[in-house]
Amino acid sequence: MLELKGIRKSFGQIEVLHGVDFTVNAGEVHALLGENGAGKSTLMKILCGLIKPSEGEVRIDGKVRNFNDYNEAIEAGVGVVFQEFSLVPYLNAVENMFLARELSNGLGFMKRSVMRKRAAEIMRQLGVSIRLDVPIRVLSVAEQQFVEIAKALALDARILVLDEPTATLTPAEVEHLFHVMRGLRAQGVAIIFISHHLEEIFEICDRITILRDGEYVASCAVSEVDQARLVEMMVGRRIESSFPAKPLISAEAATVLDVEEVQLAKGGPVSSFTLRAGEILGFAGLVGSGRTETALAMLGAYPATRCKLRMNGIEIRFADPAEALAAGIGLLPESRKEQGLITSFPILQNVSLNNYGKYLLGHFFINRARELEDTRKAMQQVRVKAPSPHARVDTLSGGNQQKVVIARWINHSMKVLIFDEPTRGIDVGAKAEIYQLMRDFTAQGYSIIMISSELPEVIGMSDRVCVFRSGGIVATVEGDAITSEQIMTHATTGRTQHVA
Amino acid sequence: MSHDADAITGGKAEPTAAPFWKSLIHSPLALPLAGLIVVSILMGFASDNFFSVSNILNVLRQVSIVAILAVGMTFVILTGGIDLSVGALMALAGTMAAGFMVNLGLPGWAALLAGVGIAIGLGLFNGLLVAFGRMPAIIVTLATMGIARGAGLIYSGGYPISGLPSWISWFGVGRIGIIPVPVIAMVIIYALAWILLERTAFGRHVYAIGGNETAAKLSGIKTGRIKIAVYVISGLTAGLAAIILTGRLMSGQPNAGVGFELDAIAAVVLGGTAIAGGRGLILGTLIGAILLGILNNGLNLMGINPYLQDIIRGFIILLAIYIAREWR
Repeated sequence: MLELKGIRKSFGQIEVLHGVDFTVNAGEVHALLGENGAGKSTLMKILCGLIKPSEGEVRIDGKVRNFNDYNEAIEAGVGVVFQEFSLVPYLNAVENMFLARELSNGLGFMKRSVMRKRAAEIMRQLGVSIRLDVPIRVLSVAEQQFVEIAKALALDARILVLDEPTATLTPAEVEHLFHVMRGLRAQGVAIIFISHHLEEIFEICDRITILRDGEYVASCAVSEVDQARLVEMMVGRRIESSFPAKPLISAEAATVLDVEEVQLAKGGPVSSFTLRAGEILGFAGLVGSGRTETALAMLGAYPATRCKLRMNGIEIRFADPAEALAAGIGLLPESRKEQGLITSFPILQNVSLNNYGKYLLGHFFINRARELEDTRKAMQQVRVKAPSPHARVDTLSGGNQQKVVIARWINHSMKVLIFDEPTRGIDVGAKAEIYQLMRDFTAQGYSIIMISSELPEVIGMSDRVCVFRSGGIVATVEGDAITSEQIMTHATTGRTQHVA
Repeated sequence: MSHDADAITGGKAEPTAAPFWKSLIHSPLALPLAGLIVVSILMGFASDNFFSVSNILNVLRQVSIVAILAVGMTFVILTGGIDLSVGALMALAGTMAAGFMVNLGLPGWAALLAGVGIAIGLGLFNGLLVAFGRMPAIIVTLATMGIARGAGLIYSGGYPISGLPSWISWFGVGRIGIIPVPVIAMVIIYALAWILLERTAFGRHVYAIGGNETAAKLSGIKTGRIKIAVYVISGLTAGLAAIILTGRLMSGQPNAGVGFELDAIAAVVLGGTAIAGGRGLILGTLIGAILLGILNNGLNLMGINPYLQDIIRGFIILLAIYIAREWR
């Protein structure tokens, strides 16, 4: 049904796709696999006309269709759910679904009731009940994800591209998404599915195509491979267990941080927890359960109604992250692009961003030689792969970008680092490196709070886990009790969480 | 962790420094500079007088006020803000300074400093409202523009305040050697601004806020203070421009500087600074200001109808921004 042949693409002098072939049949879920920077997103952008290939052709039903822009692709039945949502936050679900494709009558007035009916129908077909009349921004991330999918379906897409749709979803929501995908497959829609979760590939996909460094590696049926073989094809080498061994943390380890009470909103639950020297404390729970907000409240970056904490026994309150930094608490935010990186800066200045206190000449001027030297050291320490410290950060892969954000904190004498979704959107190889870095930090005596929606990661990395539900901590588990069953039970208390 | 040292380039092998002209071509200054050269050559053809030393110094003297206002504007725009009040602040500072001299009998230096102080104070007012009041800069500074303009008119009754000590004119029309004082002031202010932006942590933080304010805040930068500081700097440069203006006019004129904020913004943008903030160079602003000045000067030398000049300048700005669009 869809065929991409010999696709090459160069940006400037750098070729990022070296002749990729990719074929998808009607009525199948086809996984497109590869590490970050392998060329998956570029290939999908070529498919939908956002960028033009330097060479090669796109065929649909045997006909050559090299699209000039996204609209042409939509006309031809290609619907894409991008990794970064393309929804307008202040419009409601119906308006978003029909954006730029509004149905109008002869006088130019929109047929609002027709569109609403059609939207409701698609939602019913998807099996989700989402409020159609409220602005998108008040919906949960999962609901927005389904609106995004509904938007693609409203175009009668016969080829649907889902670029990491599960990255922000909880297991129950993922399950529901898969249910929807199976339904679409049965209707003959060809689905291209991009995900870094290999378990998901085995659960939902029929066939797989693997890319590595812009090269086509292989295509095969899911039944022909196992997980280890897949990873090997993706990274070109075998990867042992990606989680480093957990060190023994003595019960007498000093308490670094004693959060006596946090209350995010008036009338909400009040939580407390402690963080010991050298441990990784996991924050698990559904998206929206208050994990990130609790961390931000500690740093003075979220207006909690109550927040009382002691650091090494001394009561302390931070007005903003600058004060937290001075006290030795740093944050690696959830979204690298929006909250982590200054994309207009090169690596150098992204790393030294909050380090200038150390590079000053006579209180005022920047000692640029020291800045460069320290940044190099930091880059080596966290193993940033880049041509030079002067390289632009937006040319780096997700994993390397994350390492740049990490490097920002290692020249400080930090005590506590908060990693919010440290491996979201990062490939297998880089994940393992970041896990190892986190353990290197704790070995140096740092304590880490790790917020994560990936259960295997929470289980593999945490020494103890605080489970959040509806704005507060409902349980803290440690040792052998850290299992997916335990965590999910606490996170949902038996009540199965349905989307909306 | 195994160390495959070639893969990690925390970078030993640094590419050797590119030759000067090559790094210039890739610099954001290339385009404004090219524009400056092209326009200069065109003007040179159009008027024999253009390339004379006296005319060049004259152009620089004419642009100095807008160029100095554009320094503060560059700081503000780099953070992603805008300051519409600078023309009105300059007029108010000049009017008040003249009033302090004439009506209160303050010594000239004290009156001028007081004028600068008023401009700084209103800059601080802008900064506080933008940073802590969380109001949009364009609205805050629009309001301040009206307030400052109105205050100057009320204080002066709408009339110029003249009768200043004659030495005040040194700031506007004096020379050191052959160089006009306003040009020297402009050069010094640009040099200080360059140091501040390129060589201090404060400067980096200014760029960081314009590049990504959330990231800057979460990484521990006091974003509020930096934002206040850029509006204070903008007030300061408006005050300094007022000293030159007062020297040139030998009076405090409450209606002076109308529309200068727009010229300053045009200079910043022509100089290659992104209006959304985060990218740009102070030297680009200087080039942008001179470019505007040359246009004015050249169009005057050619004897073109002043109303038509406005239209020509408008189209040239559009053309420049259009060319710059794809450049980066």
